[in-house]
Amino acid sequence: MSQDIESLKLSNAQIAWRAAQDIEDGAYVNLGIGFPEMVAKFQPEGRQAIFHTENGVLDFGEAPPLGEEDWDCINAGKKAITIKPGTAFFHHADSFAMVRGGHLDVAILGAYQVAQNGDLANWSTGKGGVPAVGGAMDLVHGARRVAVLTDHVTKKGEPKLVAECTMPLTGVGCVTHIYTSLAVVEVVDGGFVLREAVPGLSFDELQALTGAPLRAGNPVVPLICPEELK
Amino acid sequence: MDKISRSAAEAVADIPDGATVMIGGFGGSGAPIELIHALIDQGARDLIVINNNAGNGHVGIAALIEQKRVARMICSFPRSADPVVFKEAYLAGEIELELVPQGTLAERIRAGGAGIPAFYTPTSFGTELAEGKPVEVFDGRSYVQERWLKADFALIKAEEADPHGNLTFRMAARNFNPVMATAAAVTIVQTTRLVPLGAIDPEQVVTPGIFVDRVVEIAEPAQEEELNRAGAVYP
Repeated sequence: MSQDIESLKLSNAQIAWRAAQDIEDGAYVNLGIGFPEMVAKFQPEGRQAIFHTENGVLDFGEAPPLGEEDWDCINAGKKAITIKPGTAFFHHADSFAMVRGGHLDVAILGAYQVAQNGDLANWSTGKGGVPAVGGAMDLVHGARRVAVLTDHVTKKGEPKLVAECTMPLTGVGCVTHIYTSLAVVEVVDGGFVLREAVPGLSFDELQALTGAPLRAGNPVVPLICPEELK
Repeated sequence: MDKISRSAAEAVADIPDGATVMIGGFGGSGAPIELIHALIDQGARDLIVINNNAGNGHVGIAALIEQKRVARMICSFPRSADPVVFKEAYLAGEIELELVPQGTLAERIRAGGAGIPAFYTPTSFGTELAEGKPVEVFDGRSYVQERWLKADFALIKAEEADPHGNLTFRMAARNFNPVMATAAAVTIVQTTRLVPLGAIDPEQVVTPGIFVDRVVEIAEPAQEEELNRAGAVYP
């Protein structure tokens, strides 16, 4: 990939910031372990989302200072969290009734590959080792909006938005929104629709980095994120 | 009626070789470490263990696996900060793994406790975890049939328990504990505080005593996360 495109890429913090702008006030949201957890930091002023974690906590607070962890109070990533006014605890069957019963507004996950029909591969590279799925296969069918945060291409420069996933599937036809290092893409009627692209990147250049046809949204808006998050 | 055991050793004494054992907890939170260690001391082998994870470090479930007591693990996420014990046993072919999506695991246990032999869920449809399972279409959407999950024994960690086995839990240590308590033939509870009848407000009871068979007080339970940070190894 050319140096030029590399310099246009958004940082993970910028991708998380962009995803956070689409979360409505009062939305119930589950953030996947790792990169998606960053979204919580970038809630727009005046909006309050309520975060859910699979191990049975709604509306939790930030991580405690080092040394003040209570290891009975953790998130699904097994990291210490805190309680705050409004926090609720519940058992695992209730937690996944929230997920599988369609009560979540948004689930945000990472991805190895997303296919143009919304198929997601994010739990196994299929290369052996110890497989682990956690709650990903539940979350992709539970939330009204299933959003993926990802680099637009792999470290080797191969598209992560593809015609068909080659890695083991997490779910079929489940992804609705994709926030990448170069673009915002929606899955509509079995295809990728480009909503936003980073300035300086042409449609053809973006198409060349995407493994399935992009349809230009009407309009395609410049994807501009705070520079200080770069 | 008195469900109180005098020690963790007494509470787990009759778990036989080959038993299916549900163990509460999510990572270290809610993990009944003292009951697991008593089970290691007791010596039962060829166990089928059901937990969300497959142990971390060299204590609790990881220690049970390291002592070669577990033939099969049913879990959703057999990775952890220090997963070396499970990983080595799995890659050496010494332990079987049944990988279950986390919500399906919780619901299979709930179904086991509620007497529902099977149910349908969209979770895992079209994935390799659904291979061989019946699929049905309801209202135009495809669902995978999943079977109930029951156990011979459940090892549970509670915050408060009374002599009838009414239980409360602490924060996110609740997780799988109340669900597993319903799905085992014999549910064994370690509680941080054993309190008299009437001391738990009936409005606050999370697990009613009908689901509980034995209670042992472990007043200052070890926390798996803290044991691992200290590099603890059991036994």
